[in-house]
Amino acid sequence: MTAASLSAPLHTPGGSARKRTALRVLPGFNLTLGYTVLYLSLIVLIPLSALVFKTFTLTWEQFWAAISGPRVVASYQLTFGASLLAAMVNVVFGLLVAWVLVRYNFPGKKWVDALVDLPFALPTAVAGISLTALLAGNGWIGQYLEPLGIQVAFKPAGIVIALIFIGLPFVVRTVQPVLEDAEKELEEAATCLGATRWQTFTRVIFPSIAPALLTGFAMAFARAIGEYGSVIFIAGNMPMVSEITPLIIIGKLEQYDYAGATAVALVMLVISFALLLVVNALQSWQRKRSGAAS
Amino acid sequence: MSTATTARNVRNAKAGTTEAAWVRYTLIGVALTFMALFLVLPLAAVFAEALRKGFGAYFDALQEPDAWSAMRLTLLTAAIAVPLNLVFGVAAAWCIAKYEFRGKAFLTTLVDLPFSVSPVVAGLIYVLMFGAQGWFGPWLQAHDIKIIFAVPGIVLATVFVTFPFIARELIPLMQSQGNDEEQAAIVLGATGWQTFWYVTLPNIKWGLIYGVILCNARAMGEFGAVSVVSGHIRGQTNTLPLHVEILYNEYQSVAAFAVASLLAILALVTLFIKSVAEWLHTRELKAIAALSPERPSGDLA
Repeated sequence: MTAASLSAPLHTPGGSARKRTALRVLPGFNLTLGYTVLYLSLIVLIPLSALVFKTFTLTWEQFWAAISGPRVVASYQLTFGASLLAAMVNVVFGLLVAWVLVRYNFPGKKWVDALVDLPFALPTAVAGISLTALLAGNGWIGQYLEPLGIQVAFKPAGIVIALIFIGLPFVVRTVQPVLEDAEKELEEAATCLGATRWQTFTRVIFPSIAPALLTGFAMAFARAIGEYGSVIFIAGNMPMVSEITPLIIIGKLEQYDYAGATAVALVMLVISFALLLVVNALQSWQRKRSGAAS
Repeated sequence: MSTATTARNVRNAKAGTTEAAWVRYTLIGVALTFMALFLVLPLAAVFAEALRKGFGAYFDALQEPDAWSAMRLTLLTAAIAVPLNLVFGVAAAWCIAKYEFRGKAFLTTLVDLPFSVSPVVAGLIYVLMFGAQGWFGPWLQAHDIKIIFAVPGIVLATVFVTFPFIARELIPLMQSQGNDEEQAAIVLGATGWQTFWYVTLPNIKWGLIYGVILCNARAMGEFGAVSVVSGHIRGQTNTLPLHVEILYNEYQSVAAFAVASLLAILALVTLFIKSVAEWLHTRELKAIAALSPERPSGDLA
C-alpha cells in the first residue's frame, strides 16, 4: 500500500467515514466475524468458563485449602523457580544463537537455523524420554556426570533442562527478526564516534533488541509454567521435591477430587492469562519502539 | 572516488560492525555446542535407543497391533483437528486483518489464549464439560454418548491446543498486505469468493503452509491435554505419544523409543517442509522485488 493512497482520504474532512466505507467494500465481515466468535466460544470460552463455574461450587475455605496445601505450595515454588531459571538460560543462549545466525556465516548455517524449531515440532513426550535417557546414570551424558556426584535425571535440575529445551525457540525466533532489521548505520556511527565494539553492543544494539528479548523471555516462561509432557518423565515426581503443578492437577483428578483439581487449575489459568497480557503489552511496546526508530 | 578507496571504506565500515575473528569463532563455537547438546543429542538419542537391539526388534515393535491402532487414532485426530482450525484460522484472519472494529485487540488476545493455557488445564476443562460429573455428563450418559475417555474427547482437546496456530500465522501476514488488491478485484466485478480464491489465497499460501504443518505437528504430538481426556485404553484411546508413555512405563524401552522415533521423523519432516517453504517464499519475494516497477506484478502468476 502506498503512502499516497492512505493519506489522501485521511486529510479531507470526513476522511474517517470515507475510510470506513472503503474498508467495508470487502464482503464477508459478518460471516467471518460471526464464525470466529462462534467457534471461539464453543472450543475455548465456554469450556474455560466451566472451570470458573465449577470453582464457584466450592466455599472460600475449601478453595483456599485446595490451593494452599503444603504439597501444592511446594509445586508452585518448583514450577516457578524452574521456569524462571530455564527462561533466563534461554535468554542468554537464545540471544547468542540468534546473534550467530544473523551476524555470522558458517557452513551448515541453514540447517542449524532449521533445527532451532525442533522443540516446536518434536512431541513433548519424545523429548521427555529422550532427555531422561541421556541424563540417567547410564546415559550418554549422565555416565560422565554420575562420577562427579552430579545427578540430573529424576531431580529438579532435570526439570530445568527439559524446560530449557522447550523454551529455546521462543527467544531465538523473537530476537532474530529484530536483529535482522537492526540498522547497521547506527553501529557504524557509534564506531566512527569512537565507541569500542563492546560499547556499541551494550549502548546501541542491546537497547534495540531488549524489548524482543523480554518478550521471548515472557513467552518461554509462560510455556514452561504449563509444560507437562517433557517434564514428567525426567522429574522423578516426588511429592514436595520434584512434583510440578500440572502433575498436582492430574493427581487430584485421578483421585476423583474434581473440585480440588479445578481450584488449582484456576490458579494456573489466572497466571497464564496474566502472562499473556504481559506478552501482548511487551509486543506492542516493541512495535512502538521499532516504529519510532524507522 | 576510485575503486580502491571505495573498497577500503567498505572494509573500514565492516570492521566497525563486526567483531574480531577470535570473538566470532568463540561465539559460533559456544552457540553450536549448546545446540548440539540441547537439540541434536536428544534427537540422536531417540534413534540410538530405538535401534539398541537392532533393526529386527525395532520393526517388531512397530508392527504391534496396539502401535498400529495408536497410529490410526493419531492420524484421524490430526485429520479432523487441522481442517477445523484451518477454516477457523482463515475466517479469523480475514475479519481481524481486513477490517477495523471495536474489540479487535481483545479478540486477537482471545485467539492466542489456548497457547498460554497449560495442556493439562485444556484437558481438564473438557472433563468438566463432558465428564460423568460434568455439565453435560448426565445427558450424555442418558443418550449413551461417550466423549471423555473416547475419541471425541481426544479430538476436542487436540483442537483446543492447536487452535491458534493457523490464525497466528495468517493475521500478521494479511495485515501487512493490506486491502488494496482485494478492493481492486471487487471494483473490477469479482464476487467475494472469487476475490478470496484468486487474490487473497495466492498471497497467503506460504503462511497457510507454515500454519498447517506446525498445527499438524502439534496435533499429532500433543501429550498433556490428550492424556487427561483419553483414559489410556490400549488399542482404543491411545494416540502415539500416549502409547510411548505406556511402553516406557512398562520398561519396554526399545519399543517406546521405536514408536517415539516415528514421531521424531514426523518432527524432522515438519522442519524440512517448513525450511523448503521458507526458502521458496524468500525466492518468490526476491523475484517480485527484482521486477521493474512499470511491469504489472500480475505477470508472475
